[in-house]
Amino acid sequence: MEASTILNQEEESQEPGEAGQPWEEMAAASSRDQEPKLPEPMESEPGPETEPQPRSSLPGSPRSRASTPAGDLTTFGASLPGASPQDPLPSPPLELPKLDLVPPWPSDKLTSAIPDAETTRSDHVEHTTDDEESTPHPTSQLEGNALQQSQQSKPHLPQPGHVTSNHSQQKELRVGLFLEEDWGSNEDPDQVEPEVSEAAPNMLEIAVQNAKAYLLQTSSKSSLNLYDHLSDMLTKVLDERPENAVEIIESISQDVKKAHFSKKLDTLQNENEMLPAYELAEKQKALFLQGNLEEADQDLEDEIAENCLPNVMESAFYFEQAGVCLGTDATYRIFLALKQLTDTHPIHKCRFWGKILGLEMNYLVAEVEFREGEDEEEGEEEDVADEKANGESEVDEDEEDELPKPFYKAPQAVPKEESRTGANKYVYFVCSEPGRPWIKLPSVTPVQIVVARKIKKFFTGRLDAPVISYPPFPGNESNYLRAQIARISAGTHVSPLGFYQFGEEEGEEEEEVEGGRESFEENPDFEGIPVIDLVESLSNWVHHVQHILPQGRCNWFNPVQKSEEEEEEEDEEKEEEKAEEHDYIEQEVGPPLLTPISEDLEIRNVPPWTTRLSSNLIPQYAIAVLRSNLWPGAYAFSNGKKFENIYIGWGHKYSPDNYTPPAPPPVYEEYPSGPEITEMDDPSVEEEQSFRAAQAAAVLEAEQDEETEDEDEDD
Amino acid sequence: MDSESLLLSLELASGSGQGLSPDRRASLLTSLMLVKRDYRYERVLFWGRILGLVGDYYIAQGLSEDQLAPRKTLYSLNCIEWSLLPPATEEMLLQTSMVNGRFMGDPSHEYEHTELQKVTEADKAFEEEVVVKEETRLVSVVDQIDKAVAMVPRGALFKTPLGPTHVNRTFEGLSLSEAKKLGSYFHFKEATELKNKTLLEKADLDPSLDFMDSLEYDIPKGSWSIQMERGNALVVLRSLLWPGLTFFHAPYTKNYGYIYVGTGEKNIDLPFML
Repeated sequence: MEASTILNQEEESQEPGEAGQPWEEMAAASSRDQEPKLPEPMESEPGPETEPQPRSSLPGSPRSRASTPAGDLTTFGASLPGASPQDPLPSPPLELPKLDLVPPWPSDKLTSAIPDAETTRSDHVEHTTDDEESTPHPTSQLEGNALQQSQQSKPHLPQPGHVTSNHSQQKELRVGLFLEEDWGSNEDPDQVEPEVSEAAPNMLEIAVQNAKAYLLQTSSKSSLNLYDHLSDMLTKVLDERPENAVEIIESISQDVKKAHFSKKLDTLQNENEMLPAYELAEKQKALFLQGNLEEADQDLEDEIAENCLPNVMESAFYFEQAGVCLGTDATYRIFLALKQLTDTHPIHKCRFWGKILGLEMNYLVAEVEFREGEDEEEGEEEDVADEKANGESEVDEDEEDELPKPFYKAPQAVPKEESRTGANKYVYFVCSEPGRPWIKLPSVTPVQIVVARKIKKFFTGRLDAPVISYPPFPGNESNYLRAQIARISAGTHVSPLGFYQFGEEEGEEEEEVEGGRESFEENPDFEGIPVIDLVESLSNWVHHVQHILPQGRCNWFNPVQKSEEEEEEEDEEKEEEKAEEHDYIEQEVGPPLLTPISEDLEIRNVPPWTTRLSSNLIPQYAIAVLRSNLWPGAYAFSNGKKFENIYIGWGHKYSPDNYTPPAPPPVYEEYPSGPEITEMDDPSVEEEQSFRAAQAAAVLEAEQDEETEDEDEDD
Repeated sequence: MDSESLLLSLELASGSGQGLSPDRRASLLTSLMLVKRDYRYERVLFWGRILGLVGDYYIAQGLSEDQLAPRKTLYSLNCIEWSLLPPATEEMLLQTSMVNGRFMGDPSHEYEHTELQKVTEADKAFEEEVVVKEETRLVSVVDQIDKAVAMVPRGALFKTPLGPTHVNRTFEGLSLSEAKKLGSYFHFKEATELKNKTLLEKADLDPSLDFMDSLEYDIPKGSWSIQMERGNALVVLRSLLWPGLTFFHAPYTKNYGYIYVGTGEKNIDLPFML
């Protein structure tokens, strides 16, 4: 069979299949059925072609074959590794469409069996030319003398190939290799063919040479030539042995081409591209190393004693049961970053608040309470702003009195709450990735909260980005972020009923009337609530963060009082006006601290909270999970004794209606209408004439009066 | 995300914070395997989770050989038993366009809304109570999200001359510079905008790879947020139009996928928020 295959190869339509055959034989790994030695009956040839056999069956042996110098088909045969000539090489993927290259071999009987197979095959592959076949010289391990015989019978045929093949010797051309083998093997059994082959070797030689020369032409665009490319590609295919290689052959071809060019630029590109990843890894490595400071055991003890670091991993475990997770290693890194925060700042209590997603970067937020007396406050800026506003109103007074004075008075800025109270109870730190430095967010002012309620903007991820909106937000993204954090905390931080209780020290009831109790402490006698109860009834959960009033503060601030203090700077007129106004301002009241969340308002038939058991399959160990519908992304869990809140989301409230920006306010009437500034119509012609007539009449009268007076005097 | 690489995909997509609890994960792995066998799908994708008030819907999609053929959608309430959803029709989309608000979580829940219909001949306006089942709403929402934001990276699928689209086995991931561009990602559906491209643009396209619409021309512009996480080792795209859709891809590797975990409502306020 091999002989026939060889013959076929020589023919124009020689298909790789046949080429494959010897290959297969040589392939120790070939999965085909074992076959006796090479010389097989020709009839069996068609068989092999039809049998599909992956090229992959060819072992590395062809490679070794390639390395030997061209020339010797006999060696080819001889060196065939013990692989039993397996038989039917299935129509091997190697298509050697020598269709165009070699004139059809006269041995029709051989070809008839195979022509179809070959032609089809030729569609696929890159053309490996006869040259290639001849190239792999013969390292070959063609077994069997039969091969040798066949080889000898057609020595000249391969020769032209050999000649040119020397050129490509350097490459490992398996294809060529096995083609040669085929030739060798094919020749053997066939008796007719040798004759034919000898008959037109010259034509074939020339054709082969031409074909090879054509294939070796260097492309005008690159330094490749088709011959080398095809051989590279086939080498790669044979190395990797993908399944159904014919389907992906184009991609393989592209990959080979790419491989040529990237060699020189490799190191440069790779370094640049991955740089940020390496930087981040370095920073994060620093996180891991911080624990290795050799500051003595004392520090260790201190650390353990005053541990204000929350057990983030434990909370993360519970949240994962609820379906909220940031990835285990990401959470661990957050844990380490929090530790870094607590080590560098004097912190009394710390908690991982959550993650706010942004357009370009995200924010990891930590909620922190400083130790007593160790605050770093920057509240002076706000006061300066207030004074400026007052200063402007004074300037108006100094101008000439003739100008009408505007009525408009900027509404009194509501002062922000003191730190540690109300909305500023905790201080928040943000960072974009664990390992990056933590940045402290400024305190929130009531006006920021009021405006934040009216706008809805995505966070970009950069703290200094301006927030462009209507109504204009007083501040940049860090202020907006802080305002949203305050709103979210006030709206969604809940705990099981009884976990916190009011301290018993408060005897001042006045405070209650005004702002409600502010402080609470953990209840040491808290016994836990069964998880089922937590899930079934919302009244078992309470808010432990003060509600923010419409004014923007938690504790009502009466702007009237403050204005009375500032009366010194203002005119009496204004005093009176203010006195009138304060009657209309009513105290704003919100739900007191520790109200159960069953009192929360519904959002248009949607309950504000959704409760779930974390797992229905194993309810004994399940935990209660609370999901907020008002602030999508806010979760709370409790296993009866422990609880935790977290927020992971975009930072916006849910509203069933579409957002509409508020309309601009009506135009103020700045000046009082009066005759001085009221426009009057120009008089019409009749009016003017009658006016003139009246004037003339008056003048006449006056003259007459004078004349009479003169006359009188004369008398 | 492919059910074959579910665990890895969930880990990579966890940056948005929405994941699955361990028991759901375990149930998914088993049940999706069975779904694949029973329905004879070539690939099963875990599409995501729609959060309802009472219960959540877990959605999966099955693909046949041709990746662009209409996908079959299945839903489950407990990740164990899956039911096939009917394909979305125009009529369904029309009906559900009037329904707003959260999903209940109960597939037989019915939304009622009244429609005013004027019969011009008789000049009478009468109200009609239209009832829409939640299942229908689910079908149309999943379909809308699919058409709007389901995506694949360029090169992950390729089209053969015979017609069907296949998974590209030689896809080795986008390079870093490509990964940062919106134009390297395509909508996972039949192309609708391709013919509108100029001839110059069309000349540069590779017909076997560029046969879907890219994300570049999505309206409104800026409705995608591209971020690199873990340094440059992971690119995450989040849709702002349908908040909750996260697409992840690790450059230079074959890992990519998308998952939707959200309330199933479109973010119509997007232009105000950008």
